[in-house]
Amino acid sequence: MACCRSRRKRPPPSALSLLQLAASRCLPYAHCNLCWRGRRSCCFNDLDPRWLNARSISKSGMFAEVIVRSMFSRPCYLPLHVMCVFPKYISLSRAFCRHGKRMEKLKMLFGLAVNEAKLTSQRTRLKNQNGFHLCRLSREVYTFVSPSRMSGSLSALFDHVSAVGEGKLNMFSKGTKRKFSDGDEELSDESLVGARVASSYSLQRQSLLDMSLIKLQLCHMLVEPNLCRSVLIANTVRQIQEEMTHDGSWHMVTEAFCGTGQSPSERLVATEVLCRSREQDAEPKLFSVISYEGCREEEVVADETLCSVSVSETVSNVCLAGRIGQCWEKSELSDVERDEEALEDSRLGSGEDEEIDTEDGASTEGPKTIGQVFGTFEIKNGSPGPDSALEELFSDVDTSYYDLDTMLTGMQSAPKMGPYDLLDSLAPSHSSPSIVSPPNCRSDLNELDHIMEIIVGS
Amino acid sequence: MDADVISTVEFNQTGEFLATGDKGGRVVIFQREPQGEYNVYSTFQSHEPEFDYLKSLEIEEKINKIRWLPPHNPAHFLLTTNDKTIKLWKVSERDKRAEGYNLRDEEGRLKDLSTITTLQVPVLRPMDLLVEASPRRVFANAHAYHINSISVNSDCETYLSADDLRINLWHLNITDRSFNIVDLKPENMEDLSEVITVAEFHPHHCHLLAFSSSTGTTRLLFEEAVDPSRRSFFSEIVSSVSDVKFSHSGRYLLTRDYLTVKVWDLNMENKPVETYQVHDYLRTKLCSLYESDCIFDKFECAWNGTDSVIMTGAYNNYFRMFDRASRRDVTLEASREMCKRRAVLQPRRVCVGKKRKETDVSVDSLDFRKKILHTAWHPKENIIAIAASNNLYIFQDRLTPSGHHNTPEIQSAPPK
Repeated sequence: MACCRSRRKRPPPSALSLLQLAASRCLPYAHCNLCWRGRRSCCFNDLDPRWLNARSISKSGMFAEVIVRSMFSRPCYLPLHVMCVFPKYISLSRAFCRHGKRMEKLKMLFGLAVNEAKLTSQRTRLKNQNGFHLCRLSREVYTFVSPSRMSGSLSALFDHVSAVGEGKLNMFSKGTKRKFSDGDEELSDESLVGARVASSYSLQRQSLLDMSLIKLQLCHMLVEPNLCRSVLIANTVRQIQEEMTHDGSWHMVTEAFCGTGQSPSERLVATEVLCRSREQDAEPKLFSVISYEGCREEEVVADETLCSVSVSETVSNVCLAGRIGQCWEKSELSDVERDEEALEDSRLGSGEDEEIDTEDGASTEGPKTIGQVFGTFEIKNGSPGPDSALEELFSDVDTSYYDLDTMLTGMQSAPKMGPYDLLDSLAPSHSSPSIVSPPNCRSDLNELDHIMEIIVGS
Repeated sequence: MDADVISTVEFNQTGEFLATGDKGGRVVIFQREPQGEYNVYSTFQSHEPEFDYLKSLEIEEKINKIRWLPPHNPAHFLLTTNDKTIKLWKVSERDKRAEGYNLRDEEGRLKDLSTITTLQVPVLRPMDLLVEASPRRVFANAHAYHINSISVNSDCETYLSADDLRINLWHLNITDRSFNIVDLKPENMEDLSEVITVAEFHPHHCHLLAFSSSTGTTRLLFEEAVDPSRRSFFSEIVSSVSDVKFSHSGRYLLTRDYLTVKVWDLNMENKPVETYQVHDYLRTKLCSLYESDCIFDKFECAWNGTDSVIMTGAYNNYFRMFDRASRRDVTLEASREMCKRRAVLQPRRVCVGKKRKETDVSVDSLDFRKKILHTAWHPKENIIAIAASNNLYIFQDRLTPSGHHNTPEIQSAPPK
């Protein structure tokens, strides 16, 4: 593509066929696989700048738009399986970076001394005040990942992502390995080979689970899904979940949610999909797929809000926005009332966080909503953070960027949906120490990006 | 255009006619000319899009299957079905016209009675061939799910229609009633784990039918045990049977799943007698095929007239033929760029690693949008019909009537 042509050699044939495939699949735009720049100009209306939005998934279901973090960053485009692994991204624009002040800026933003060691293309040595690693996913795309989330070696995690991108696991070639493919591993490989193998299998499985859930959700959005396809995908999901139960991958989930008593009547996504589309006499069910006890309604709608699925009424969205905002900041589950717990539960990411029944039957485990699939990895009910109540509230969420974001997005001309406005108004109230005043935010981000570029060596 | 994509291809019992159905609900029937070429014989709109007001769903007019009835009079009968409704069509020719009516003149207007002085006997005169298709029966409202196959019984009086969960038996003359013979719908839809994919009657035994399911089992008869050590997440999807065909002799059954095509002996239930790998090089790409939904493609398969050769479609507009006796197989391509009229098809090869020959095609450059799902083989001769999106290709083996599939000729029908 034109953006890359001048600077690198011709993309490999598989990248070209990817572009053709993307074009043929009615993606709204083809993207450059190598630098991940979107080549279209349509605006991101209705995009929540924070969450992965179902509407931002391409028609093919394979690609999703990366959140626009600030008005100065370009939209990025990543394959869906990557999105599932890293649902929250930071896309840093280099547009306005100034040389030389990066280190200071990084210090300020991250709240920690910046390590002088060279940053790898994957995990950086940078951690934020919550101890989350800043991980670089691709050019201009970063995310924070909690260390507890990493099973095995972090590099294995990224290997998985890279491998998937490279076409080892799928047919799309990867765009992120450019100059940084030879980035050093921070952890020695030898000691972690075994862990890598195991973790890459579990990552692959995780990715497959996420992909299947997305497919189910997407076909749930269709008026009349193909029953055979739905059943096959549902069976795959069941199989993965059974395996994960046997592996004990659910242990974190059980710790988190035991006692909160999820209803045993929760159903699999798939069967809801099937039921809903086929049964005329089925009771009208809410759009979301978790169980439908009264107290769940809120989270259902909230999930819809998060997912921007088109069913829910805006009224209830607005009412719940407050809760959403709060829950994003809360980390502790045990002390929080059940609804909020459940609300946050529903947002926790991926299959590993999915609630399971108190029964043994693996087959009745419920993958929760898309909100979970796309939820944040780093929001976990981990141990309480630093002493201050404020810190405790925000220990699982790195809000520094979001705060900047909300201010910046507040400057955007396009008005947002109701709930997001509320979120925006809520978020800044939980300001972290690193917050800066609006005029400086802009340059902060730009400088940060610049810093990153320098440090990473681009 | 999308509406031109061919969705089913079927020869009739003599091979003289070839019917194709497309996504726009049209049926095009080709007739074989004396010289051996197929030309359009008749076209009619079989199904229209409908709207189910109860469910607020649009019912597609795409023709899912066409089956010819065995001939019993000069007219031709065929069953066509979309997702919900089956229709029986009669296609008849008219090549004579009566002229010389007493009460009407040539344009059909009534004559003034006072002008009639003599009586004449109307005479039949030849006219240009007119092929008329008229719907004779409409079998509706029997399926809650999408109909995926129909099959006419050997008794020529009944036929079955199968949707995702049920199989119904109809009598050809009775449209308001059908019998449900298989019902896979579980009590609780949560427990649903398999759907019916294809159903077919035995060609000779009117009491025997086979249906295949998404889990890879073919009942009433067969299931091959999957080696548990080779099980992967995609095992089930890959083993889902997409087509079932009885052999003409009635002794064998051909099943097509995603990666292989298997021949079963009706007398041996536990494993197939022959297994052919259609595109095994895709085995390592299952994850991406799952992501792109290609893994759910349903390929059809076909026997030749003597049950010695099997054919099925693949990706990149390739189709494969397997000779059961010699165990040889060939991969051929059906595409307009590659084929010219009367040219001999060159075999293709897909290579996984390095190319050994210039003409080899690498796995990574396969076009997964171009797939050949629908194929049909003439019941007696070596003529095959291949549907590639909206193009129909008819290949025949001119050199040796009973000979090999290796050197077929091309004769492509014009695109619709």
